[in-house]
Amino acid sequence: MKEAEKGEVQETETGNSTAGRTGAAPMPERIQPTRGWASLKLRDIWRYRELLYFLTWRDIKVRYKQTIIGGAWAILQPLLVMAIFSIFFGRLLGVPSDDIPYPLFSYSGLVIWTFFANGVTFSANSLVVEANMIKKVYFPRMIAPLSSILSCLLDFTLAFMVLIIMMLFYGRGPTLAVFWLPLFLLLAMVTTTGVGLWFSALNVMYRDVRYALPFLVQAWLFATPIAYPSSILSGAWKVIYGVNPMAGVVEGFRWALLGAETRPGGIIAVSSGVAVLLLVSGAFFFRRTERIFADVI
Amino acid sequence: MQELAIKTEGLGKQYRIGGTQARYKTLRESIVDGAKAPFKRMGRLFRGEAYAGTGLHESIWALKEISFEVKQGEVLGIIGRNGAGKTTLLKILSRITEPTEGVAEVWGKVGSLLEVGVGFHPELTGRENVFLNGAILGMRKAEIENKYDEIVDFAGVDKYIDTPMKHYSSGMQVRLAFSIAAHLEPEILLIDEVLAVGDIGFQRKCFSKMDEVAYAGRTVIFVSHNMEAIRSLCTRGVWLDEGKVVYEGDATSAINLYIESFSGESAVSTIAEESHVVDSGLLRIDKVSILDSEGRATSRISYREDFSIGLEIGILGTIEKARLGIGINSPGGQRITTVHHTDKGGIPLGVPPGRYAVLARFVNDLMPGLYVISVGAHEEDSGKSLDYIPYAIDLSIIGTSKEGESPDPANHGLVDMEVNWSEVERI
Repeated sequence: MKEAEKGEVQETETGNSTAGRTGAAPMPERIQPTRGWASLKLRDIWRYRELLYFLTWRDIKVRYKQTIIGGAWAILQPLLVMAIFSIFFGRLLGVPSDDIPYPLFSYSGLVIWTFFANGVTFSANSLVVEANMIKKVYFPRMIAPLSSILSCLLDFTLAFMVLIIMMLFYGRGPTLAVFWLPLFLLLAMVTTTGVGLWFSALNVMYRDVRYALPFLVQAWLFATPIAYPSSILSGAWKVIYGVNPMAGVVEGFRWALLGAETRPGGIIAVSSGVAVLLLVSGAFFFRRTERIFADVI
Repeated sequence: MQELAIKTEGLGKQYRIGGTQARYKTLRESIVDGAKAPFKRMGRLFRGEAYAGTGLHESIWALKEISFEVKQGEVLGIIGRNGAGKTTLLKILSRITEPTEGVAEVWGKVGSLLEVGVGFHPELTGRENVFLNGAILGMRKAEIENKYDEIVDFAGVDKYIDTPMKHYSSGMQVRLAFSIAAHLEPEILLIDEVLAVGDIGFQRKCFSKMDEVAYAGRTVIFVSHNMEAIRSLCTRGVWLDEGKVVYEGDATSAINLYIESFSGESAVSTIAEESHVVDSGLLRIDKVSILDSEGRATSRISYREDFSIGLEIGILGTIEKARLGIGINSPGGQRITTVHHTDKGGIPLGVPPGRYAVLARFVNDLMPGLYVISVGAHEEDSGKSLDYIPYAIDLSIIGTSKEGESPDPANHGLVDMEVNWSEVERI
């Protein structure tokens, strides 16, 4: 693997450079204005994977510094929302929950939702927060939102462990559908990254994003089947509902873990399509606007 | 033939300067603007142009038609006034920002130091910040691990390395930051004015580290206002002015031409109201001039040519005893010397109101370069400041003396003292 890296264009391992440099590589790196749609340069991101690792690690280390309960916030956030939902929607309004105990029903949705909401919020602000870094150092800019999203995985894992405890408490073991779980986690990542890339790039140019986002996230929460099941919608509507990619993520996640009776087919298909579209368009939009980040941030 | 490390052709960078200060817009502004030509605007936005403005925004060329070459192993100094485009050039070469036109070709891995300590987080310990900052500067984890001890040792913060950075003094932070930067080993190193930090001892250490870098055959581009640093480190120089290359050649010539460009500007400086940082209402120095050895007003003095500084003073009230002072500063703001009127038996001012003039003659020991003259006056007994002008006039010392003599290139200092060496004797 080391060898393969060294073979890459003109990038030699700097650690070995003292031994005597072998002169210029035949192909220089060209710096020029990019016109039109830029390529994604995924290889560049791969080259900077250690920075991605360090920034993720820093976000995790720093997030709950100087708090009293620390990482417990990761669990408390969805738990408190679950309590509110259980009282108002579950008890008072009697919202159905597909025969799953309501607290378990809403918490399972909230666990994956919180990952999405935090991922989008942190990544949307990631470039603005790192403005100085962007003005002073080169790195593939996509690293910033990506590391913000990755750092939310730890919170997700903590909240997920509480979900397992709740499942034991309510005696709801997983069915065979649990093997689909990784797929839905991937779908959640894709959705979060797609939305995160769009908003982080927009936020550089329009700081309105910072103020509008909390409202958007809140509205999105209610447009997603977390407090209520999508089964209250019928037939075709249910599939259209899947245009909200988080609808597919939450339904799928819940189905894979708690095994609701019917497999949520159509909604997942639509959501997956939208999620991939968001990711691809987000990545290209990001790359397109990336060239001016350092100038306008 | 030496291989090229960097080649630029017609490099240009245009900035749009929107309105007053806001560099980014609010959506509302954009909507108002956009109502006029929404599709055009969105088109521009998607094309990724900085500010989809409506043509109302002015634009300036920070760089225009920059073409130069740097060979491998060369140390290139870039000089020029503030706003000449030096930093913008480094930003383009390090890919932080894109050029608006032109091409640059770069052979080798680039490391840039536009600022030290980028990404330091106050909640993390020194150790953690070394790894984080190293990664941000493009070092690999294994590389940082190898150099870790050396970095901490160089910074001299071993004792506090596991303490959160927020408890560090600013000096310690800067030392650690520079130490990481100094251990960066890319093939091409771009350095902006980052050496102007830390105490003198640490600066010296950094300079010798930089010399090491230069000797290791690495290609370096170095931006600085510190002529002494440029002279001692760089083999070649580029002088930028208003975004264009004015001169490209050996470092000493570039420096001399740059310094000369300041001359003739103000051989006599009438002190503006805002230049006085002290206002006693009793004494005002209102004119400062520089005279060459023949008594002509000029701001250009040759190496080893004696010069005089003349002051015109208005006495406005009753002063018991006043002492005039003249300070010579390096462009970096370091005081080289301060001389006072009474040092050599002059008569303290204790005179009725009116206008007075005085001339101070200097034996010129200064190395070629650009200096800043400060002038002031204080009451001799109380020490109370009567007037102080930190930036009164520029003084340029040209590279060669009237007899065609040049300073020893090995002298990297600011002053060229007369020295008498004894015979070398066996002991």
